Amino acid sequence: MTFYLIVLMIAMAFSGSTVIQSGRFANPFVVVKDSMIAFFEWIGDLGIFCGRLVRAASVPPHEGRELLRQLEAVGPKSFVLVALAGAATGVVLSLQTSDSLTRLGAASLLPSVIVFSLIKETGPIITGLIVSGRVGAGIGAELGSMKVTEQIDAMEASAIDPYKFLAWTRVLACVLMLPLLTLAADFFGILGGWATNTLMEPISLRLFLENGFKTVTFNDFFPPTFKTAIFGFIIGLVSSFQGMRTRGGTEGVGRSATSSVVLCSLFIILADVLLVRLIQVLFP
Amino acid sequence: MNNGGGNNEPRNNGPAIVIQDLRKSFGRQKVLNGIGLTVASGETVVVLGRSGTGKSVLLKLLIGLQKPDSGSIRIQGLEMTTLQFKELNQVRKKIGFLFQQAALYDSLSVEENVAFPLDRHSDLRCAERKERVRALLATVGMEQHGKKLPSQISGGMKKRVGLARALALDPEIMLFDEPTAGLDPITAGEINQLILGLQEKRKITSIVVTHDIRGARTVSHRLVLLKEGRIVAEGSFEELKKNQDLFVAQFLSGDS
Repeated sequence: MTFYLIVLMIAMAFSGSTVIQSGRFANPFVVVKDSMIAFFEWIGDLGIFCGRLVRAASVPPHEGRELLRQLEAVGPKSFVLVALAGAATGVVLSLQTSDSLTRLGAASLLPSVIVFSLIKETGPIITGLIVSGRVGAGIGAELGSMKVTEQIDAMEASAIDPYKFLAWTRVLACVLMLPLLTLAADFFGILGGWATNTLMEPISLRLFLENGFKTVTFNDFFPPTFKTAIFGFIIGLVSSFQGMRTRGGTEGVGRSATSSVVLCSLFIILADVLLVRLIQVLFP
Repeated sequence: MNNGGGNNEPRNNGPAIVIQDLRKSFGRQKVLNGIGLTVASGETVVVLGRSGTGKSVLLKLLIGLQKPDSGSIRIQGLEMTTLQFKELNQVRKKIGFLFQQAALYDSLSVEENVAFPLDRHSDLRCAERKERVRALLATVGMEQHGKKLPSQISGGMKKRVGLARALALDPEIMLFDEPTAGLDPITAGEINQLILGLQEKRKITSIVVTHDIRGARTVSHRLVLLKEGRIVAEGSFEELKKNQDLFVAQFLSGDS
């Protein structure tokens, strides 16, 4: 309940900021009223959008060529960024924890701390946030631009379902690619952690990995990695939705790109709260 | 019936489009306020009116991109306002739409833009499809530019490619949203000749929304003039010229 209240407040705040951005300086009650209306409209539109997406997903043809194009746009093109972010996170984790662990007399636990931290939480969340920044903004801006230049109308007028061709392919590509990118973030994070650790106190990669993965179980690795498929769903869904409801020319395209990133990042963090608890319950 | 450059008469096998008491508002703004219009098969009707009088909205309502508040749109006897998604798409395949800014897909080449509807709705084999795309581009004089991206061609060329794409499925009805807007007089004349060619060769039923009075005269069998969401004058160009109404006279002469 508290969680939904937080989501409601954040979305209202976001809607409110949009109302204020539109240049009207009305009294606070009007702003709150307009924000609430905008929020419920947003929820309603999102529901309709999801309905159309389900219909698009269930009826052939499935636009395989466009899906491949989107898989490439989401996966390989985000790889370097995600790998760098993962490696940097590994380095920082190693630097920050080695000092604390040495003080606690548990320096030998460093590989385990880095591995656990990366595979259980840091890798997935870093990947989600990085991809929501790169891909979410891209989808929001691309579809927004297509909307304001009537390309989406042209597609619909040619009896081609834009929800299938544009939205569903992007959502599916994000769902499929996020777990793979998470593996990349985990891998480079662990590598970064080892490299930093070995500079301070030389240790072979093999020994580092053996120590790190000694107590790792299936439940530590698979559920947190595959929860990022849900992050991918959020990124694909929210950014496609924001893009396809763009209004107001190039300014609207900018707003869609920004709102896609902001909402994707927020919803990923909020979804993570639920998913972590869910994983703890389902995979104790 | 034709008053301008076109010398073909519309076919007389029943109306292709029947619009009755069509109304559409955006918020408190009434855009269309009870439009009634019948377009015969093979006829070209030009819709004139000041900016913001709902001409483009009328075209989008016709193809089901927007829903009217009330009223009826019958295309070849089918009520568009109540059609389900699948049936609506079947009707859309018979309609070509040339958008104001051509609305070419940025990420696809000229050839791929024209092939886009064919890839999804035709049973043609790959080689046949390529030949069809080549023929369509030749129709609009763009066969040399097939590999270019939309960003690499001019506004007039985009309109030509948009027209080729709209013709890809061999439509029975064409909707033109300001086909000559933003073009120089020579290119505008070329686009008008292409529209006229469609009339003569394919007997396509067309609705053309435009501000180009010269073009309207060239391509129209009949003109309708919109004002405040209603049709205030209707007839051939010569008939409208004789109309005593000040607004009609001002509009056709371009006086303010």
